[in-house]
Amino acid sequence: MTTASSADHPTRRDFLYVATGAVAAVGAAATVWPLVSQMNPDASTVAAGAPIEVDLTPIAEGQDIKVFWRGKPIYISHRTKKQIEEARKVPVSSLPDPQSDESRVKPGHDQWLVVVGICTHLGCIPIAHEGAYDGFFCPCHGSVYDTSGRIRQGPAPTNLPVPPYTFVSDTKIQIG
Amino acid sequence: MSGPSDFQPTNPALKWIERRLPIMGLMHSSFVAYPTPRNLNYWWTFGAILSMMLAVQILTGVILAMHYTPHADMAFKSVELIVRDVNYGWLLRNIHACGASMFFFAVYIHMFRGLYYGSYKEPREVLWILGVIIYLLMMATGFMGYVLPWGQMSFWGATVITNLFSAVPYFGESIVTLLWGGYAVGNPTLNRFFSLHYLLPFVIAGVVVLHIWALHVAGQNNPAGVEPKTEKDTVAFTPYATIKDLFGVSCFLLFFAWFIFYMPNYLGDPENYIPANPAVTPAHIVPEWYYLPFYAILRSIPNKLAGVVAMFGAIIVLAFLPWLDSAKTRSSKYRPLAKQFFWMFVAVCIGLGYLGAQPPEGIYVIVGRILTVLYFAYFLILLPLLSRIEKPRPVPNSIADDVLAKTGGKSAMVSTVIALMVAGGLLLGGADSARAAEGSTKPPAQKWSFSGPFGKFDRGALQRGLKVYKEVCASCHGLSFVAFRNLAEAGGPGYSVAQAAAFASEYKVKDGPNDQGEMFERPGRPADYFPSPFPNEQAARAANGGAFPPDLSLITKARSYGRGFPMFLIDFFTQYQEQGPDYVMALLQGYEDKPPAGFNLPDGSYYNNYFPGHAIKMPKPLSDGQVTYDDGAPTTVAQYAKDVTTFLMWAAEPHMEARKQLGFQVFVFLILLTVLLYFTKRKVWANAH
Repeated sequence: MTTASSADHPTRRDFLYVATGAVAAVGAAATVWPLVSQMNPDASTVAAGAPIEVDLTPIAEGQDIKVFWRGKPIYISHRTKKQIEEARKVPVSSLPDPQSDESRVKPGHDQWLVVVGICTHLGCIPIAHEGAYDGFFCPCHGSVYDTSGRIRQGPAPTNLPVPPYTFVSDTKIQIG
Repeated sequence: MSGPSDFQPTNPALKWIERRLPIMGLMHSSFVAYPTPRNLNYWWTFGAILSMMLAVQILTGVILAMHYTPHADMAFKSVELIVRDVNYGWLLRNIHACGASMFFFAVYIHMFRGLYYGSYKEPREVLWILGVIIYLLMMATGFMGYVLPWGQMSFWGATVITNLFSAVPYFGESIVTLLWGGYAVGNPTLNRFFSLHYLLPFVIAGVVVLHIWALHVAGQNNPAGVEPKTEKDTVAFTPYATIKDLFGVSCFLLFFAWFIFYMPNYLGDPENYIPANPAVTPAHIVPEWYYLPFYAILRSIPNKLAGVVAMFGAIIVLAFLPWLDSAKTRSSKYRPLAKQFFWMFVAVCIGLGYLGAQPPEGIYVIVGRILTVLYFAYFLILLPLLSRIEKPRPVPNSIADDVLAKTGGKSAMVSTVIALMVAGGLLLGGADSARAAEGSTKPPAQKWSFSGPFGKFDRGALQRGLKVYKEVCASCHGLSFVAFRNLAEAGGPGYSVAQAAAFASEYKVKDGPNDQGEMFERPGRPADYFPSPFPNEQAARAANGGAFPPDLSLITKARSYGRGFPMFLIDFFTQYQEQGPDYVMALLQGYEDKPPAGFNLPDGSYYNNYFPGHAIKMPKPLSDGQVTYDDGAPTTVAQYAKDVTTFLMWAAEPHMEARKQLGFQVFVFLILLTVLLYFTKRKVWANAH
């Protein structure tokens, strides 16, 4: 690339070439950054992904609703006493993805289960109140989840993820 | 292709590839070992500059296409959302828009170089014709690209240019309908222009490959017009031409960066910041500056078909140049008569460009016709004549002789020529046509905190201006491109996220449908946009005596105007671009209770000094004490006008401060790089001289 210079010690000419090359390389890197960064979610998408509030009062016991947050479906289940007991009866170590039911709900609000409704196998949306455990059943490849959204049978590797949420009041949650 | 190809890689893996696809050898013989005349001047760097510009336009264009929506209802907003929301979207848009102008600026210099030095002569005729094809493709691409933002000028420019084809006898109307995909320019037109605008640059790239191939068959021309005879006449392309091209590119980038960061709207038309309206034609429909000479030729001919033929003919005649000019001497350096007429031709082109931006009235028409005749006379009469009668000066024996004979007085000439070219380009680009505040007084120039290379918005003014907008203007004018969350962003009024959320919640926003299928109202959230006072244009007109209060999101950019010669040349260097804010501020204070004697004020209108035509439907909106300020600023009309205009300038360009900040960093970097490249180039060329 450069004309042959004396291999003994760096000359002033070499320093100039190195300096120019270095500055050009820095410039190239600085130029590439905006071209890549523009593919990140833009400001309006980030704003639309802001936390949402969901009112729980219309959800009767045994019922569940589906809301969308950041483009993903979220199941909010108002569990019956029976469903909570069934979830807590199971020895945690026997589960494919060991997790206690208590760790998947908020203390004092055990009847509310909030999970992301995307099967952890290949991404289909499981159907609620289906399957052997009265939890969720994914029709695509037969994964079966229990009333705590944990995987019990089938190819899915992990439990249905719990999104970040908090109780703003007893009847309102904020997801995100 | 015709360079010494003795390249053999040592690495066995590379050898394996090279034997099956000798691409490394091709690259080596074309761009490393390729013998280049050693007397090339800087006009020869524009080939590399053009290659870079094509790459830049394709790269930024592909990226913009990731965010753009090519539908008539959404195109304008999608471009604004790119500028406002996409990370560095404002930068990408500026690069692409200004890049188109830079692309044409470079191509015109490249073409004039070819004209002057006889680069179209034997054996480079096909090279030249390929160039003409590239130029035609560029014009088509540029035209379609300009339609995509779907502003007023996009729409009406598309209408005018597509209507040209109706001049074709018998088939004309059918052709136009075919182009439109409808009964007028509309969504089908936009969609197909988007598709073709994405396609053509790759066609251009293909023809560029042919262009470079044809070049390498004949070898480059040079300022002496004498072909290389011995090895002493040439140097290897790398490192000599490479480093010279890099230096030229760096200088060009400085020029480019000035537009991107400091004068992004200088070469554009403010009318394009108004969304396309098929019911309203702009007062002056003007193409972008690089089409102006041909637009002038088109309008010079009173007959429709003849005008179209003349306009296309003006470009096609270039393809015949190798046969029109059959003089044996290539370079105009040694053709004293041809040289003078060349510069007159350049002046004719610039003159035609200037006229293309003026209204086709009075003296402009007469001069336009004269210059059109001169344009064609240069190609069809003068050059063939000169080939026969001119006595050229003797050319040097060889390139090596030419280099040794150089006295060095060239650099002064080159820089004056460059200055002339730049001035010519600015003349066309900045000459904002007769939209120059016609039929009204020019607004006085104000002092704005956001003007100049280090301009910043006055936060207090932004907050007060927001209050004035909310309490006075918002009852009739929308601000639909501004979201409440923008109030908390850097470079804006400086509210916190919580304050912006609180501000938003004071508004009622329509949402839905709910589970019953009905629309409902809810308090605003940061992600919502400022609601418009009227649901649609018809409701707005009905409530305002038939007049439509424009959305104010872009008003300060849409109301810019030409400042005439010589101001627009000076403005380029002082970075003055605040015509829009000056106009808005003047308008708000420019009401007169009594119109001057003899002025016929229509019923329902009010007299305003600065409104074009002086009769405005909006009553005087501001009066002293109307809005209370908490920070102690004077509650006068002048203060309200200043504050709300500052706020509207921010609303039109929320990222202005980021643009100027990054611009400064880029300039420091580019100046450093250019200096380093200059000294590197000199060091490399020290051997060759």
